[in-house]
Amino acid sequence: MTYSAWILLTASLVGISCGIVGVFLILRRMAMMADAISHSVLLGIVVAYLLTQSLSGIHMLIGAALAGVFTTFLVQWLHSNNVQHEASIGVVFTILFALGVILIATKAGNAHLDVQHALMGEIAFIPWNTVEIPMFGDMPVATLILLLVLAIIILIIGLFYKEWKITTFDSALAASIGIPVLGMHYLFMTLVSVTTVAAFDAVGAIMVVAMLIAPAASAYLWTDNLFKMIVISSIFGILSAIAGYYFAVWIDSSISGSMAFATGIVFFISFIFSPRHGLLSNKIRPSTMKS
Amino acid sequence: MTDVLQVEKLSAAYRKNIILNDVSFTIPQGTLTCIVGPNGAGKSTLIKVLLGLHPNLSGDVSFFGELLKNVKKKVGYVPQRGSVDWDFPTDALDVVMMGMYGQIGWVKWPNKSHKEKALDALRKVGMADYANRQISELSGGQQQRVFLARALIQNADLYFMDEPLAGVDAATERAIMAILRELKKEGKTVLVVHHDLQTVEDYFDQVLFLNRTVVAHGAITSTFTANNIKKTYGGTVRWLKEGIGIVHSTI
Repeated sequence: MTYSAWILLTASLVGISCGIVGVFLILRRMAMMADAISHSVLLGIVVAYLLTQSLSGIHMLIGAALAGVFTTFLVQWLHSNNVQHEASIGVVFTILFALGVILIATKAGNAHLDVQHALMGEIAFIPWNTVEIPMFGDMPVATLILLLVLAIIILIIGLFYKEWKITTFDSALAASIGIPVLGMHYLFMTLVSVTTVAAFDAVGAIMVVAMLIAPAASAYLWTDNLFKMIVISSIFGILSAIAGYYFAVWIDSSISGSMAFATGIVFFISFIFSPRHGLLSNKIRPSTMKS
Repeated sequence: MTDVLQVEKLSAAYRKNIILNDVSFTIPQGTLTCIVGPNGAGKSTLIKVLLGLHPNLSGDVSFFGELLKNVKKKVGYVPQRGSVDWDFPTDALDVVMMGMYGQIGWVKWPNKSHKEKALDALRKVGMADYANRQISELSGGQQQRVFLARALIQNADLYFMDEPLAGVDAATERAIMAILRELKKEGKTVLVVHHDLQTVEDYFDQVLFLNRTVVAHGAITSTFTANNIKKTYGGTVRWLKEGIGIVHSTI
Protein backbone atom coordinates (compact mmCIF):
# COMPACT_ATOMS: atom_id res chain seq x y z
CA MET A 1 0.00 0.00 0.00
CA THR A 2 1.16 3.49 -0.67
CA TYR A 3 2.18 6.02 1.93
CA SER A 4 -1.03 8.02 1.80
CA ALA A 5 -3.19 4.90 1.66
CA TRP A 6 -1.78 3.85 5.04
CA ILE A 7 -2.47 7.25 6.47
CA LEU A 8 -6.01 7.26 5.14
CA LEU A 9 -6.65 3.75 6.48
CA THR A 10 -5.24 4.64 9.89
CA ALA A 11 -7.22 7.85 10.08
CA SER A 12 -10.40 6.04 9.05
CA LEU A 13 -9.87 3.47 11.78
CA VAL A 14 -9.57 6.33 14.26
CA GLY A 15 -12.79 7.75 12.84
CA ILE A 16 -14.73 4.52 13.23
CA SER A 17 -13.43 3.66 16.71
CA CYS A 18 -14.02 7.15 18.07
CA GLY A 19 -17.34 7.34 16.25
CA ILE A 20 -18.72 4.24 17.96
CA VAL A 21 -17.42 5.04 21.44
CA GLY A 22 -18.45 8.67 21.06
CA VAL A 23 -22.12 7.80 20.62
CA PHE A 24 -22.27 6.32 24.11
CA LEU A 25 -20.19 9.16 25.54
CA ILE A 26 -22.76 11.65 24.24
CA LEU A 27 -25.80 9.64 25.30
CA ARG A 28 -24.35 9.05 28.76
CA ARG A 29 -23.63 12.80 28.99
CA MET A 30 -19.98 12.18 29.57
CA ALA A 31 -18.39 14.31 26.88
CA MET A 32 -16.28 16.00 29.53
CA MET A 33 -14.96 12.63 30.70
CA ALA A 34 -13.48 12.11 27.23
CA ASP A 35 -11.57 15.34 27.64
CA ALA A 36 -10.40 14.25 31.07
CA ILE A 37 -9.31 10.78 29.99
CA SER A 38 -7.56 11.99 26.86
CA HIS A 39 -5.32 14.12 29.07
CA SER A 40 -4.69 11.83 32.02
CA VAL A 41 -3.83 9.01 29.64
CA LEU A 42 -0.55 10.89 29.16
CA LEU A 43 0.42 10.03 32.74
CA GLY A 44 -0.32 6.36 32.05
CA ILE A 45 1.90 6.40 28.98
CA VAL A 46 4.79 8.07 30.77
CA VAL A 47 4.59 5.74 33.74
CA ALA A 48 4.40 2.72 31.42
CA TYR A 49 7.50 4.01 29.62
CA LEU A 50 9.40 4.62 32.86
CA LEU A 51 8.58 1.13 34.14
CA THR A 52 9.37 -0.78 30.94
CA GLN A 53 11.79 1.61 29.21
CA SER A 54 10.04 0.82 25.97
CA LEU A 55 7.73 2.71 23.70
CA SER A 56 5.96 -0.35 22.36
CA GLY A 57 2.26 -0.11 21.78
CA ILE A 58 1.02 -2.78 24.13
CA HIS A 59 2.68 -1.29 27.25
CA MET A 60 1.24 2.07 26.40
CA LEU A 61 -2.24 0.64 25.87
CA ILE A 62 -2.18 -1.02 29.28
CA GLY A 63 -0.73 2.06 30.98
CA ALA A 64 -3.32 4.27 29.34
CA ALA A 65 -6.19 1.94 30.18
CA LEU A 66 -5.13 1.92 33.83
CA ALA A 67 -4.79 5.72 33.85
CA GLY A 68 -8.27 6.02 32.36
CA VAL A 69 -9.82 3.74 34.96
CA PHE A 70 -7.89 5.54 37.69
CA THR A 71 -9.24 8.88 36.45
CA THR A 72 -12.79 7.52 36.37
CA PHE A 73 -12.37 6.11 39.85
CA LEU A 74 -10.99 9.37 41.29
CA VAL A 75 -13.75 11.45 39.69
CA GLN A 76 -16.37 9.04 41.02
CA TRP A 77 -14.81 9.02 44.47
CA LEU A 78 -14.58 12.82 44.76
CA HIS A 79 -18.12 13.16 43.47
CA SER A 80 -19.45 10.70 46.04
CA ASN A 81 -17.72 12.80 48.70
CA ASN A 82 -19.67 15.97 47.98
CA VAL A 83 -17.52 17.50 45.22
CA GLN A 84 -19.48 18.70 42.17
CA HIS A 85 -19.17 16.35 39.21
CA GLU A 86 -17.69 18.91 36.80
CA ALA A 87 -15.35 20.21 39.48
CA SER A 88 -14.06 16.71 40.24
CA ILE A 89 -13.41 16.09 36.55
CA GLY A 90 -11.58 19.40 36.23
CA VAL A 91 -9.42 18.84 39.28
CA VAL A 92 -8.53 15.23 38.58
CA PHE A 93 -7.49 15.38 34.95
CA THR A 94 -5.48 18.58 35.16
CA ILE A 95 -3.47 17.25 38.08
CA LEU A 96 -2.83 13.88 36.47
CA PHE A 97 -1.92 15.59 33.20
CA ALA A 98 0.44 17.95 35.03
CA LEU A 99 2.11 14.98 36.69
CA GLY A 100 2.59 13.44 33.27
CA VAL A 101 4.13 16.63 31.89
CA ILE A 102 6.52 16.91 34.87
CA LEU A 103 7.58 13.27 34.52
CA ILE A 104 8.25 13.67 30.80
CA ALA A 105 10.32 16.77 31.38
CA THR A 106 12.41 15.31 34.20
CA LYS A 107 12.65 11.57 33.63
CA ALA A 108 11.89 10.86 30.03
CA GLY A 109 13.41 13.87 28.38
CA ASN A 110 15.74 11.97 26.08
CA ALA A 111 13.16 9.49 24.87
CA HIS A 112 11.08 9.90 21.78
CA LEU A 113 8.25 11.15 23.91
CA ASP A 114 7.54 14.81 24.04
CA VAL A 115 4.55 16.85 25.04
CA GLN A 116 4.10 18.30 21.60
CA HIS A 117 3.87 14.82 20.09
CA ALA A 118 1.46 13.60 22.74
CA LEU A 119 -0.84 16.55 22.31
CA MET A 120 -0.86 16.84 18.54
CA GLY A 121 0.05 13.38 17.33
CA GLU A 122 1.90 12.96 14.05
CA ILE A 123 0.10 10.78 11.62
CA ALA A 124 2.63 11.60 8.90
CA PHE A 125 5.26 9.43 10.64
CA ILE A 126 3.03 6.41 11.06
CA PRO A 127 3.76 4.56 7.80
CA TRP A 128 7.49 4.42 8.61
CA ASN A 129 7.19 2.49 11.84
CA THR A 130 6.13 -0.92 10.58
CA VAL A 131 5.94 -4.45 11.84
CA GLU A 132 5.93 -7.63 9.78
CA ILE A 133 2.71 -9.63 9.80
CA PRO A 134 2.90 -13.25 8.61
CA MET A 135 1.05 -13.86 5.31
CA PHE A 136 0.45 -10.15 4.90
CA GLY A 137 3.69 -8.25 4.90
CA ASP A 138 4.66 -4.99 6.51
CA MET A 139 2.07 -2.97 8.32
CA PRO A 140 2.41 0.20 10.40
CA VAL A 141 2.31 -0.55 14.13
CA ALA A 142 -0.24 2.18 14.80
CA THR A 143 -2.58 0.78 12.15
CA LEU A 144 -2.31 -2.72 13.58
CA ILE A 145 -3.09 -1.47 17.09
CA LEU A 146 -6.05 0.50 15.84
CA LEU A 147 -7.37 -2.58 14.04
CA LEU A 148 -7.13 -4.58 17.25
CA VAL A 149 -8.77 -1.85 19.31
CA LEU A 150 -11.59 -1.51 16.79
CA ALA A 151 -12.15 -5.27 16.97
CA ILE A 152 -12.31 -5.05 20.78
CA ILE A 153 -14.77 -2.15 20.62
CA ILE A 154 -17.06 -3.89 18.15
CA LEU A 155 -16.91 -7.08 20.20
CA ILE A 156 -17.68 -5.45 23.54
CA ILE A 157 -20.32 -3.06 22.26
CA GLY A 158 -21.88 -5.76 20.06
CA LEU A 159 -21.98 -8.52 22.66
CA PHE A 160 -23.50 -6.31 25.34
CA TYR A 161 -25.47 -4.07 23.00
CA LYS A 162 -28.75 -4.27 24.90
CA GLU A 163 -26.95 -3.94 28.25
CA TRP A 164 -25.24 -0.75 27.02
CA LYS A 165 -28.56 0.52 25.79
CA ILE A 166 -30.45 -0.05 29.02
CA THR A 167 -27.69 1.20 31.34
CA THR A 168 -27.44 4.33 29.21
CA PHE A 169 -31.17 5.00 28.95
CA ASP A 170 -32.41 3.95 32.37
CA SER A 171 -29.70 2.94 34.82
CA ALA A 172 -32.22 2.52 37.67
CA LEU A 173 -34.20 -0.11 35.75
CA ALA A 174 -30.95 -1.75 34.66
CA ALA A 175 -29.78 -2.01 38.26
CA SER A 176 -33.17 -3.30 39.38
CA ILE A 177 -33.00 -6.22 36.95
CA GLY A 178 -29.50 -7.08 38.08
CA ILE A 179 -27.17 -5.49 35.53
CA PRO A 180 -23.94 -4.26 37.19
CA VAL A 181 -24.31 -0.61 36.23
CA LEU A 182 -21.14 0.62 37.94
CA GLY A 183 -19.08 -2.24 36.53
CA MET A 184 -20.28 -1.36 33.04
CA HIS A 185 -19.42 2.27 33.67
CA TYR A 186 -15.82 1.31 34.40
CA LEU A 187 -15.70 -1.06 31.45
CA PHE A 188 -16.89 1.72 29.19
CA MET A 189 -14.33 4.15 30.55
CA THR A 190 -11.65 1.54 29.91
CA LEU A 191 -12.87 1.37 26.31
CA VAL A 192 -12.66 5.15 26.05
CA SER A 193 -9.11 5.11 27.42
CA VAL A 194 -7.94 2.37 25.07
CA THR A 195 -9.54 4.11 22.09
CA THR A 196 -7.96 7.38 23.10
CA VAL A 197 -4.46 5.99 23.32
CA ALA A 198 -4.81 3.99 20.12
CA ALA A 199 -5.80 7.19 18.36
CA PHE A 200 -3.02 9.07 20.14
CA ASP A 201 -0.30 8.49 17.57
CA ALA A 202 -2.60 9.51 14.80
CA VAL A 203 -4.27 12.62 16.12
CA GLY A 204 -2.92 13.32 19.63
CA ALA A 205 -4.64 13.93 22.94
CA ILE A 206 -6.47 17.12 22.05
CA MET A 207 -7.71 16.20 18.60
CA VAL A 208 -8.97 12.83 19.78
CA VAL A 209 -11.60 14.65 21.81
CA ALA A 210 -12.92 16.20 18.60
CA MET A 211 -13.01 12.78 16.97
CA LEU A 212 -14.86 11.32 19.96
CA ILE A 213 -17.46 14.04 20.37
CA ALA A 214 -18.19 15.82 17.09
CA PRO A 215 -19.12 12.88 14.78
CA ALA A 216 -21.41 11.41 17.47
CA ALA A 217 -22.98 14.77 18.24
CA SER A 218 -23.59 15.25 14.50
CA ALA A 219 -25.08 11.78 14.10
CA TYR A 220 -27.45 12.52 16.99
CA LEU A 221 -28.97 15.26 14.83
CA TRP A 222 -29.70 12.93 11.91
CA THR A 223 -31.41 9.91 13.42
CA ASP A 224 -33.67 8.70 16.21
CA ASN A 225 -32.35 5.16 16.24
CA LEU A 226 -29.38 4.09 18.35
CA PHE A 227 -27.97 1.60 15.85
CA LYS A 228 -28.24 4.05 12.96
CA MET A 229 -26.65 6.70 15.14
CA ILE A 230 -23.61 4.46 15.65
CA VAL A 231 -23.33 3.77 11.91
CA ILE A 232 -23.73 7.43 10.92
CA SER A 233 -21.27 8.52 13.58
CA SER A 234 -18.65 6.10 12.22
CA ILE A 235 -19.24 7.33 8.69
CA PHE A 236 -18.85 10.94 9.83
CA GLY A 237 -15.64 9.90 11.57
CA ILE A 238 -14.25 8.41 8.35
CA LEU A 239 -15.41 11.40 6.29
CA SER A 240 -13.76 13.86 8.65
CA ALA A 241 -10.54 11.87 8.66
CA ILE A 242 -10.31 11.63 4.88
CA ALA A 243 -11.44 15.18 4.21
CA GLY A 244 -9.06 16.42 6.90
CA TYR A 245 -6.13 14.60 5.31
CA TYR A 246 -6.70 16.03 1.84
CA PHE A 247 -7.32 19.48 3.25
CA ALA A 248 -4.01 19.27 5.12
CA VAL A 249 -2.18 18.15 1.99
CA TRP A 250 -3.81 20.92 0.00
CA ILE A 251 -2.87 23.76 2.34
CA ASP A 252 0.27 21.94 3.53
CA SER A 253 -0.60 22.03 7.22
CA SER A 254 -1.09 19.83 10.28
CA ILE A 255 -3.03 16.67 9.41
CA SER A 256 -4.47 16.10 12.87
CA GLY A 257 -5.52 19.74 13.11
CA SER A 258 -7.28 19.55 9.76
CA MET A 259 -9.09 16.35 10.75
CA ALA A 260 -10.39 17.91 13.95
CA PHE A 261 -11.40 20.96 11.95
CA ALA A 262 -13.28 18.71 9.51
CA THR A 263 -15.30 17.17 12.37
CA GLY A 264 -16.35 20.71 13.28
CA ILE A 265 -17.48 21.37 9.70
CA VAL A 266 -19.50 18.13 9.68
CA PHE A 267 -21.11 19.15 12.93
CA PHE A 268 -22.10 22.60 11.74
CA ILE A 269 -23.53 21.28 8.49
CA SER A 270 -25.60 18.82 10.55
CA PHE A 271 -26.58 21.50 13.01
CA ILE A 272 -27.95 23.70 10.24
CA PHE A 273 -29.36 21.20 7.75
CA SER A 274 -30.52 18.21 9.79
CA PRO A 275 -34.11 17.49 8.71
CA ARG A 276 -35.54 17.07 12.20
CA HIS A 277 -33.38 18.87 14.69
CA GLY A 278 -31.57 21.33 12.44
CA LEU A 279 -31.67 25.10 12.65
CA LEU A 280 -33.24 25.48 9.20
CA SER A 281 -35.99 22.89 9.63
CA ASN A 282 -36.93 24.44 12.95
CA LYS A 283 -37.26 27.79 11.23
CA ILE A 284 -39.20 26.48 8.25
CA ARG A 285 -41.54 24.12 10.05
CA PRO A 286 -44.67 25.89 11.24
CA SER A 287 -44.84 26.04 14.99
CA THR A 288 -48.02 23.97 15.11
CA MET A 289 -46.16 20.98 13.65
CA LYS A 290 -43.68 20.90 16.50
CA SER A 291 -44.44 18.35 19.13
CA MET B 1 -52.88 -13.89 52.78
CA THR B 2 -49.11 -14.28 52.62
CA ASP B 3 -46.74 -11.38 52.91
CA VAL B 4 -44.78 -10.59 49.77
CA LEU B 5 -42.66 -7.86 51.33
CA GLN B 6 -41.29 -7.53 54.84
CA VAL B 7 -39.36 -4.46 55.92
CA GLU B 8 -37.78 -4.32 59.34
CA LYS B 9 -36.17 -1.32 61.03
CA LEU B 10 -34.90 0.10 57.74
CA SER B 11 -32.90 3.32 57.77
CA ALA B 12 -31.08 5.21 55.03
CA ALA B 13 -29.32 8.52 54.49
CA TYR B 14 -28.32 10.88 51.69
CA ARG B 15 -24.87 12.15 52.53
CA LYS B 16 -25.23 13.03 56.22
CA ASN B 17 -28.99 13.52 56.28
CA ILE B 18 -31.03 10.67 57.63
CA ILE B 19 -33.92 10.28 55.19
CA LEU B 20 -35.48 7.09 56.51
CA ASN B 21 -35.43 5.99 60.10
CA ASP B 22 -36.75 2.80 61.66
CA VAL B 23 -39.12 1.97 58.80
CA SER B 24 -40.98 -1.29 59.38
CA PHE B 25 -44.00 -2.67 57.55
CA THR B 26 -45.28 -5.75 55.76
CA ILE B 27 -47.24 -5.88 52.52
CA PRO B 28 -49.73 -8.74 52.03
CA GLN B 29 -50.11 -10.34 48.61
CA GLY B 30 -52.76 -8.96 46.28
CA THR B 31 -52.95 -5.48 47.73
CA LEU B 32 -52.87 -2.10 46.05
CA THR B 33 -50.94 0.12 48.42
CA CYS B 34 -50.24 3.82 48.05
CA ILE B 35 -47.34 5.47 49.82
CA VAL B 36 -48.16 9.07 50.67
CA GLY B 37 -46.30 11.77 52.52
CA PRO B 38 -45.05 15.35 52.13
CA ASN B 39 -42.17 16.37 49.86
CA GLY B 40 -38.89 15.07 51.22
CA ALA B 41 -40.62 12.38 53.28
CA GLY B 42 -38.42 9.75 51.66
CA LYS B 43 -41.03 8.05 49.45
CA SER B 44 -38.82 7.60 46.38
CA THR B 45 -35.81 6.86 48.58
CA LEU B 46 -37.77 4.09 50.27
CA ILE B 47 -38.42 2.37 46.94
CA LYS B 48 -34.81 2.81 45.87
CA VAL B 49 -33.51 1.36 49.12
CA LEU B 50 -35.92 -1.58 48.92
CA LEU B 51 -34.70 -2.33 45.39
CA GLY B 52 -31.06 -1.99 46.39
CA LEU B 53 -30.52 1.10 44.23
CA HIS B 54 -29.55 3.16 47.26
CA PRO B 55 -27.63 1.76 50.25
CA ASN B 56 -29.34 1.31 53.58
CA LEU B 57 -27.68 2.04 56.90
CA SER B 58 -29.45 -0.71 58.76
CA GLY B 59 -32.48 -2.95 58.63
CA ASP B 60 -33.65 -6.02 56.75
CA VAL B 61 -35.84 -6.42 53.69
CA SER B 62 -37.21 -9.69 52.43
CA PHE B 63 -39.19 -10.31 49.25
CA PHE B 64 -41.34 -13.46 49.20
CA GLY B 65 -39.37 -14.54 52.27
CA GLU B 66 -36.05 -14.31 50.42
CA LEU B 67 -33.30 -11.86 49.61
CA LEU B 68 -33.99 -9.62 46.61
CA LYS B 69 -31.15 -11.06 44.53
CA ASN B 70 -32.83 -14.48 44.54
CA VAL B 71 -36.19 -13.20 43.36
CA LYS B 72 -35.25 -10.28 41.08
CA LYS B 73 -37.42 -11.60 38.26
CA LYS B 74 -40.51 -11.42 40.47
CA VAL B 75 -40.05 -7.74 41.21
CA GLY B 76 -40.90 -4.97 38.74
CA TYR B 77 -40.03 -1.29 38.93
CA VAL B 78 -41.44 1.81 37.25
CA PRO B 79 -39.08 4.75 37.90
CA GLN B 80 -40.23 8.35 37.85
CA ARG B 81 -40.83 9.49 34.30
CA GLY B 82 -38.43 12.38 34.78
CA SER B 83 -35.56 10.10 35.73
CA VAL B 84 -34.64 9.23 32.14
CA ASP B 85 -33.62 11.21 29.07
CA TRP B 86 -36.54 11.07 26.63
CA ASP B 87 -34.31 12.39 23.83
CA PHE B 88 -32.60 9.00 23.78
CA PRO B 89 -32.61 7.74 20.17
CA THR B 90 -35.16 4.95 20.33
CA ASP B 91 -38.88 4.25 19.88
CA ALA B 92 -41.68 3.20 22.23
CA LEU B 93 -41.52 -0.49 21.28
CA ASP B 94 -37.81 -0.64 22.06
CA VAL B 95 -38.31 0.93 25.48
CA VAL B 96 -40.98 -1.65 26.29
CA MET B 97 -38.64 -4.46 25.23
CA MET B 98 -36.11 -3.26 27.81
CA GLY B 99 -38.48 -4.74 30.39
CA MET B 100 -37.50 -8.18 29.11
CA TYR B 101 -33.73 -7.70 29.10
CA GLY B 102 -33.48 -9.47 32.44
CA GLN B 103 -35.33 -12.52 31.09
CA ILE B 104 -33.49 -12.57 27.76
CA GLY B 105 -30.17 -12.82 29.57
CA TRP B 106 -26.66 -11.59 28.81
CA VAL B 107 -25.24 -11.38 25.29
CA LYS B 108 -28.40 -12.61 23.55
CA TRP B 109 -30.34 -10.21 21.34
CA PRO B 110 -34.13 -9.84 21.53
CA ASN B 111 -35.99 -11.84 18.87
CA LYS B 112 -39.36 -11.75 17.16
CA SER B 113 -41.32 -13.31 20.02
CA HIS B 114 -40.02 -10.61 22.37
CA LYS B 115 -41.19 -8.02 19.88
CA GLU B 116 -44.65 -9.61 19.79
CA LYS B 117 -44.86 -9.55 23.57
CA ALA B 118 -43.81 -5.90 23.64
CA LEU B 119 -46.52 -5.05 21.10
CA ASP B 120 -49.04 -6.89 23.25
CA ALA B 121 -48.04 -4.87 26.29
CA LEU B 122 -48.35 -1.64 24.30
CA ARG B 123 -51.81 -2.73 23.19
CA LYS B 124 -52.82 -3.27 26.82
CA VAL B 125 -51.97 0.32 27.69
CA GLY B 126 -53.64 1.61 24.52
CA MET B 127 -50.40 2.61 22.82
CA ALA B 128 -50.16 0.09 19.97
CA ASP B 129 -50.43 2.86 17.37
CA TYR B 130 -47.37 4.56 18.80
CA ALA B 131 -45.04 1.54 18.77
CA ASN B 132 -42.61 3.04 16.28
CA ARG B 133 -42.89 6.60 17.50
CA GLN B 134 -39.71 8.29 18.70
CA ILE B 135 -40.08 8.56 22.48
CA SER B 136 -39.43 12.31 22.65
CA GLU B 137 -42.53 12.84 20.50
CA LEU B 138 -44.83 11.22 23.06
CA SER B 139 -46.79 13.28 25.54
CA GLY B 140 -46.13 12.92 29.26
CA GLY B 141 -49.10 10.61 29.68
CA GLN B 142 -48.03 8.48 26.73
CA GLN B 143 -44.50 8.21 28.09
CA GLN B 144 -45.93 7.04 31.40
CA ARG B 145 -47.99 4.39 29.60
CA VAL B 146 -44.89 3.17 27.81
CA PHE B 147 -43.19 2.85 31.19
CA LEU B 148 -46.18 0.91 32.49
CA ALA B 149 -46.13 -1.40 29.46
CA ARG B 150 -42.45 -2.00 30.11
CA ALA B 151 -43.30 -3.02 33.68
CA LEU B 152 -46.17 -5.29 32.59
CA ILE B 153 -43.88 -7.19 30.28
CA GLN B 154 -41.60 -8.02 33.20
CA ASN B 155 -44.47 -10.19 34.38
CA ALA B 156 -43.48 -9.61 37.97
CA ASP B 157 -45.50 -10.50 41.08
CA LEU B 158 -44.64 -7.37 43.02
CA TYR B 159 -44.48 -3.92 41.43
CA PHE B 160 -43.01 -0.67 42.68
CA MET B 161 -44.20 2.44 40.87
CA ASP B 162 -42.78 5.88 41.57
CA GLU B 163 -45.46 8.53 40.94
CA PRO B 164 -47.03 6.91 37.87
CA LEU B 165 -49.93 9.35 38.04
CA ALA B 166 -47.85 12.53 38.31
CA GLY B 167 -48.49 14.98 35.50
CA VAL B 168 -50.60 12.69 33.32
CA ASP B 169 -53.90 13.52 31.63
CA ALA B 170 -57.22 12.18 32.89
CA ALA B 171 -57.48 9.48 30.20
CA THR B 172 -54.05 8.12 31.08
CA GLU B 173 -54.87 8.19 34.76
CA ARG B 174 -57.97 6.09 34.12
CA ALA B 175 -56.06 3.70 31.87
CA ILE B 176 -53.30 3.24 34.42
CA MET B 177 -55.72 2.65 37.28
CA ALA B 178 -57.64 0.08 35.23
CA ILE B 179 -54.41 -1.81 34.69
CA LEU B 180 -53.45 -1.63 38.36
CA ARG B 181 -56.83 -3.10 39.31
CA GLU B 182 -56.32 -5.84 36.74
CA LEU B 183 -52.94 -6.65 38.26
CA LYS B 184 -54.58 -6.88 41.67
CA LYS B 185 -57.23 -9.20 40.29
CA GLU B 186 -54.47 -11.47 39.01
CA GLY B 187 -53.15 -11.71 42.56
CA LYS B 188 -50.23 -9.35 42.02
CA THR B 189 -49.14 -6.77 44.53
CA VAL B 190 -48.54 -3.12 43.70
CA LEU B 191 -46.91 -0.35 45.72
CA VAL B 192 -47.44 3.13 44.33
CA VAL B 193 -45.86 6.38 45.43
CA HIS B 194 -48.77 8.78 45.22
CA HIS B 195 -49.20 12.50 45.75
CA ASP B 196 -52.91 13.21 45.36
CA LEU B 197 -54.72 12.64 48.65
CA GLN B 198 -58.11 13.23 47.01
CA THR B 199 -57.93 10.05 44.94
CA VAL B 200 -56.46 7.76 47.58
CA GLU B 201 -59.81 6.38 48.70
CA ASP B 202 -61.02 5.68 45.16
CA TYR B 203 -57.86 4.07 43.85
CA PHE B 204 -56.23 2.02 46.58
CA ASP B 205 -57.11 -0.45 49.30
CA GLN B 206 -54.12 0.12 51.57
CA VAL B 207 -52.34 3.29 52.55
CA LEU B 208 -48.89 3.82 54.03
CA PHE B 209 -48.29 7.25 55.52
CA LEU B 210 -44.60 8.03 55.38
CA ASN B 211 -42.63 10.89 56.80
CA ARG B 212 -39.09 9.71 57.43
CA THR B 213 -40.71 6.80 59.22
CA VAL B 214 -44.03 4.98 58.98
CA VAL B 215 -46.69 7.18 60.53
CA ALA B 216 -49.56 4.80 59.89
CA HIS B 217 -50.20 1.79 57.67
CA GLY B 218 -53.31 -0.26 57.04
CA ALA B 219 -56.57 -0.58 55.16
CA ILE B 220 -57.93 2.65 53.68
CA THR B 221 -61.19 2.33 55.61
CA SER B 222 -59.51 2.28 58.99
CA THR B 223 -56.28 4.15 58.36
CA PHE B 224 -57.05 6.98 55.92
CA THR B 225 -58.27 9.32 58.62
CA ALA B 226 -58.04 13.05 59.11
CA ASN B 227 -55.91 12.45 62.15
CA ASN B 228 -53.31 10.37 60.32
CA ILE B 229 -53.15 12.89 57.47
CA LYS B 230 -52.50 15.63 59.97
CA LYS B 231 -49.86 13.57 61.75
CA THR B 232 -48.05 12.97 58.45
CA TYR B 233 -48.30 16.37 56.84
CA GLY B 234 -48.28 18.55 59.93
CA GLY B 235 -49.95 21.89 59.49
CA THR B 236 -49.65 22.07 55.73
CA VAL B 237 -53.00 20.48 54.97
CA ARG B 238 -56.03 22.62 54.43
CA TRP B 239 -59.36 21.01 55.09
CA LEU B 240 -62.29 20.78 52.78
CA LYS B 241 -65.67 19.41 53.69
CA GLU B 242 -66.07 15.66 54.02
CA GLY B 243 -62.61 15.46 55.47
CA ILE B 244 -60.69 15.34 52.22
CA GLY B 245 -57.32 16.98 52.49
CA ILE B 246 -55.52 19.04 49.87
CA VAL B 247 -51.84 19.47 50.31
CA HIS B 248 -50.49 22.96 50.16
CA SER B 249 -47.54 22.99 47.86
CA THR B 250 -44.54 23.68 50.03
CA ILE B 251 -42.34 24.52 47.06
